[in-house]
Amino acid sequence: MTLEAEIQPQATSGKPPLGLWALAFRRFRANRAAIGGVVMLGLITVAAIFIPMFWPHEVGAVSFGALAQPPSFADFHWFGTDANGRDLFVRVFFGARVSLAIGLVATLVSLLIGVIYGATAGYAGGLVDTVMMRVVDVMYALPLLFLIIVLVTIFGSNIFLIFAAIGCVEWLTMARIVRGQTLSIKQREYMESARAIGLSHGKILRRYVIPNAVGPVIVYSTILIPINIIIESALSFLGLGVQEPLTSWGLLVSQGAAQIDAAPWMLIFPGLLLAVTMFCFNFIGDGLRDALDPKGR
Amino acid sequence: MLGFILKRLAAAIPTIAVIVTLSFFLMRLAPGGPFDAEVDLDPVVKANLEQAYGFDLPLGAQYVRFLGNLAKGDLGPSTTYPDRSVSELIGDGLPVTLKVGLTALAVAAVVGVIAGAAAARRQNRWPDFAVMTAASAGIAIPNFVIAPFLTLVLGVYLHLLPVAGWGDGTWRYWLLPVFALAFPQVAAIARIMRGSLIETLGADFVRTARAKGVKEHRVIWRHALQPAFVPVMSYLGPAIAQVMTGSVIIEQLFGLPGVGRYFVQGAINRDYQLVMGVVMLYSVALILLNLLVDIAYGWLDPRVRAK
Repeated sequence: MTLEAEIQPQATSGKPPLGLWALAFRRFRANRAAIGGVVMLGLITVAAIFIPMFWPHEVGAVSFGALAQPPSFADFHWFGTDANGRDLFVRVFFGARVSLAIGLVATLVSLLIGVIYGATAGYAGGLVDTVMMRVVDVMYALPLLFLIIVLVTIFGSNIFLIFAAIGCVEWLTMARIVRGQTLSIKQREYMESARAIGLSHGKILRRYVIPNAVGPVIVYSTILIPINIIIESALSFLGLGVQEPLTSWGLLVSQGAAQIDAAPWMLIFPGLLLAVTMFCFNFIGDGLRDALDPKGR
Repeated sequence: MLGFILKRLAAAIPTIAVIVTLSFFLMRLAPGGPFDAEVDLDPVVKANLEQAYGFDLPLGAQYVRFLGNLAKGDLGPSTTYPDRSVSELIGDGLPVTLKVGLTALAVAAVVGVIAGAAAARRQNRWPDFAVMTAASAGIAIPNFVIAPFLTLVLGVYLHLLPVAGWGDGTWRYWLLPVFALAFPQVAAIARIMRGSLIETLGADFVRTARAKGVKEHRVIWRHALQPAFVPVMSYLGPAIAQVMTGSVIIEQLFGLPGVGRYFVQGAINRDYQLVMGVVMLYSVALILLNLLVDIAYGWLDPRVRAK
């Protein structure tokens, strides 16, 4: 649609034509919801880094005079305090560190597994491919949260094990995407021409395969981050994830849900922040998809 | 059609076998046994317990015994709930889980399809925007956040519904859980239905029907609706899986006495028998339900059967 309009003038103006990434960046910048998502997420990240450092109340500090106190500006309990008298404002942003970190690290784990697995299956083809993808099909048929709960049951709910358990289970779609990409790229004409002019395998991979496969991988990663944050939250909500004194949005929501009639702010603030973050990631994911794959619309 | 069903069934059986075998070995090879309590048991007592449950046999013999018991519907004893077997616990919880889960699934399918179709028919006008906004919220916000908020408003502030519990099992107790469980699926199905109906209404055969002078409601009911259903059908498999996992969270949240609640208690207490029993049951149920969805899919779209 608007893509042709963007390309046409450049083709005649004598300047070198914009590359894939420059074009994608242009399209992304024009998407207001996506930019809003980036800004909001940036603010939340900055707050998660700095607020626990500089806030007058410490994360674990207990004010015995202010148990389950409603939000007030007077004594810097902006989000109120929890049932143990701990300041909720600092806890919410401290929990943001854990939730965001799990989203990122678990996604990196699944990215690594998925890309290697999918690319191997796609390149190898034949029987290897069939067997490898059959394994993915079998795992797909399982309820994945249950699998993570089994892993957590067996290996305990150490925070690094939670990273790994989520990542180890959520790589299936990534593997399918990368395999599909690899298969379709293998058959493109530019691959044949690249081979015909005698480029090495390494150069073909770097110049042709990876740039063409990376778009969907990035898009799916931005979809996977919020999914992983939700999985961690669900685990913590069930009491199987992050354990006190650490905290995460899921754990805060669960504590809030337990105190719902006495201290509703304990539910409202972490719940709201989690919801806003989910929307940000969704907008960014949609924006990236439209920017990197305009045909997909 | 029969050949198609048999082929799907043949594909499901090895999957189930793999799951059962994997469950057994994960359970046995996991660090820490079910009798590793905080207080050390007397070695004689421990040996007796292990003998009673057959843990002293070689692994292969244990596996055969496990399969035999499984065939009899015996999933072993629960260590979290002494005196009760895993099968008993599941039998206890299943009616509640099924009631809430199936109702949620039915609600999701009906409401999702109607909302999506309504949005597609009034594309880019207010019903469309309303449905799509609600759908984005349903997809973006996890149900363990939405559900407590609903409880806060309807239960705590307005006193319309009970906050939690199963009570006498009447509709007042399961309305909120069903809603919380169904909402994300309603959202997803509405989105899929909208997109698919818009696409179908733009297809050549619809244009031909309209050009022949077929009345609009007949175009939709007779021509467009069936092909538009196909993507919704293929989402039903994932929807069932999500309702299953969602039910664990919702049961915990509302304190419903379902399978999911026992499952979480089992996981917290490292009760391998209970956890694996539930996972096996849910995986097999999911595979069989997916089989049904596949068959329905093949019936709806003959091209699937040919593949």
